[in-house]
Amino acid sequence: MESVSILIVDDEFSVRDSLTHWFKKDGHAVDAAENATQALHLLQERPHDIVFLDIKMPGMDGMELQERIHAIDPGIVIIVLTAFASVDTAVRAMKQGAFDYVTKPVDPDELSHLVERATRQQHLERENARLRETIDGLGGVELIVGTSPGMQRVFELIQMVARTDATVLIRGESGTGKELVARSIHASSTRRYFPIVPVNCGALPETLLESELFGHEKGAFTGAQFRRKGKLEMADGGTLFLDEIGTISLKMQVDLLRVLETKEFCRLGGSRPIKVDFRVVCATNEDLQVRVKEGTFREDLFYRINVFTLDVPPLRERSSDIPALAMHFVTKLAQQMDKRVTEISPAAMEKLRNHHWPGNVRELANAIERAMVVGKPPRIQPQDLPFLAPLVSDLPGQALADVERNHIAAVLNQTGWNIKAAARVLEIDRATLYNKIAKYHLRETRNGS
Amino acid sequence: MKPATAHEPLSHAPGARRAFGAHRAVLAVVPLLLPESEIRLPGLCQKLEELFGMTTRVHAGGFDPSSALDPSRGQYNSRALLEMLLHEARPEAARVLGVGGIDLFVPVLSYVFGEAELDGRVAVVSTHRLEPERYGLPPDPQLSAARLLKEATHELGHTFGLVHCREPDCVMHSSTYVEEIDLKLARFCPRCDFRRRAPAKGR
Ligand SMILES: [Zn+2]
Ligand SMILES: [Zn+2]
Repeated sequence: MESVSILIVDDEFSVRDSLTHWFKKDGHAVDAAENATQALHLLQERPHDIVFLDIKMPGMDGMELQERIHAIDPGIVIIVLTAFASVDTAVRAMKQGAFDYVTKPVDPDELSHLVERATRQQHLERENARLRETIDGLGGVELIVGTSPGMQRVFELIQMVARTDATVLIRGESGTGKELVARSIHASSTRRYFPIVPVNCGALPETLLESELFGHEKGAFTGAQFRRKGKLEMADGGTLFLDEIGTISLKMQVDLLRVLETKEFCRLGGSRPIKVDFRVVCATNEDLQVRVKEGTFREDLFYRINVFTLDVPPLRERSSDIPALAMHFVTKLAQQMDKRVTEISPAAMEKLRNHHWPGNVRELANAIERAMVVGKPPRIQPQDLPFLAPLVSDLPGQALADVERNHIAAVLNQTGWNIKAAARVLEIDRATLYNKIAKYHLRETRNGS
Repeated sequence: MKPATAHEPLSHAPGARRAFGAHRAVLAVVPLLLPESEIRLPGLCQKLEELFGMTTRVHAGGFDPSSALDPSRGQYNSRALLEMLLHEARPEAARVLGVGGIDLFVPVLSYVFGEAELDGRVAVVSTHRLEPERYGLPPDPQLSAARLLKEATHELGHTFGLVHCREPDCVMHSSTYVEEIDLKLARFCPRCDFRRRAPAKGR
């Protein structure tokens, strides 16, 4: 049997101990946790293939933990451990996606076969997931589209920094997708089993932001009827994403700096210090160094958050990504709006490519959405994008490549797509012609469109 | 529990390596409620000496496993037995092997043939589930002895850090029922044998 990584979650020591020894002798890597919190921490530290889960534990119960694990990684095989009396619960767990259940004490033969079966199934699922991933990108995180050198660099930096626990400062104009970058970092990091908690610092007035971040005790201020858990606490174990960090007041900067340094804080109106452990990712569209010189951003906070900087290029600097991005939004919105728009005409695409996009990817998404509302399926035409004034006069189809494409298409149509004849007319060999057909996506059509 | 005092060297099998007997590592063999008439222990020890190049010493002080008995299951907790055996063993013993006629289990499993501390010093095996008579078959002392040797070798292999092996006839192949034991041989496959000898586990 192939060696796999197994996590045993059971509050009973003897179960953890005996299963650990049993699986180690099978050559598997084994971890054991006595409660849900420990289990989630171990899952954060390293990936596991199979989780043996006692369904009845004090604290967060097995069912809840099962849900948490599957929400994060549906690929993990969960096998439920149950006492004979709680087989009903085990059956319920299977309905929720557990792979199987075993009743304690387990027959050794049954246990060996179960693990073998689970491993085999997981291989199949991983294979499928890999195929899906090449299509969807980063698992549960929305795809960042882009093959331009600028975006390739961003992807590289995301992968590089995700493996560390360093604080990241994401810089970029508004609408460039800084939150997506933050989510990708989180999703590729070892903290992915814990939440990423975004806080838009610019969207809230100071007092609200304070209680949003720190939470408050009951009666901390008028109207504080119940205790509220702040975003800092919710990010425990995971990633705290502070968007528009440049907008926070000088007083908040002091409070925030203290939390980042001590990883400890009190809720508003509270006196008990709360320990937290999260990674910090900040984003800004401002030049914080200028703000530091002006005296409106604390230098010590700037150095605390400016550990690893990641610049997201504006859309106009990666216009080669525009067609793929535009098609990405068409596909996504067509589904959401239930509209059968499937393509963008070459002329409309040209218009998209030539726009300056001051609002970046967000503006592009909005433009596509508007075009899909007014336009006629199945394709978006230039007239559906009246609000995009071209910066340069564009006579579509006058680039050398366009002329070549049109000429080849014409010859192919004349010869009725007889490749040999068309190649002779064009005075190129057949291999070259096939390459050009592929390059320009030429296709034989009956009505010659 | 009484500390063990009496140790007696076992068979004096001839052979060149015998000359270095004083330098060979000691394997302490501790009988656990083995029937008085148990005659296969000397044979087992001799085979283990050949396989592991160790000197076996049968523990003659008497060993009472009853505190490892789980009355509700009527079986002996093998993880507890390992602890007790370690406690009982003389410090000079490089390995300790309990050989019993009792039914063994580990808490989460219904039964085990044996148990060992992976990469450790102590192992235990039992003839209880190895006897054909347990399965309604006529007694076959030779078969029982062969199974006991394989399981003892297997568990001792674990103490040398070996994990289960894919080779179907390697002694480190995992067996969860007796018929599987019969399929493997009382020897390590070349790879397991190499792994067993290669790392200097100076114990
Ligand atoms: Zn084994
Ligand atoms: Zn082997």
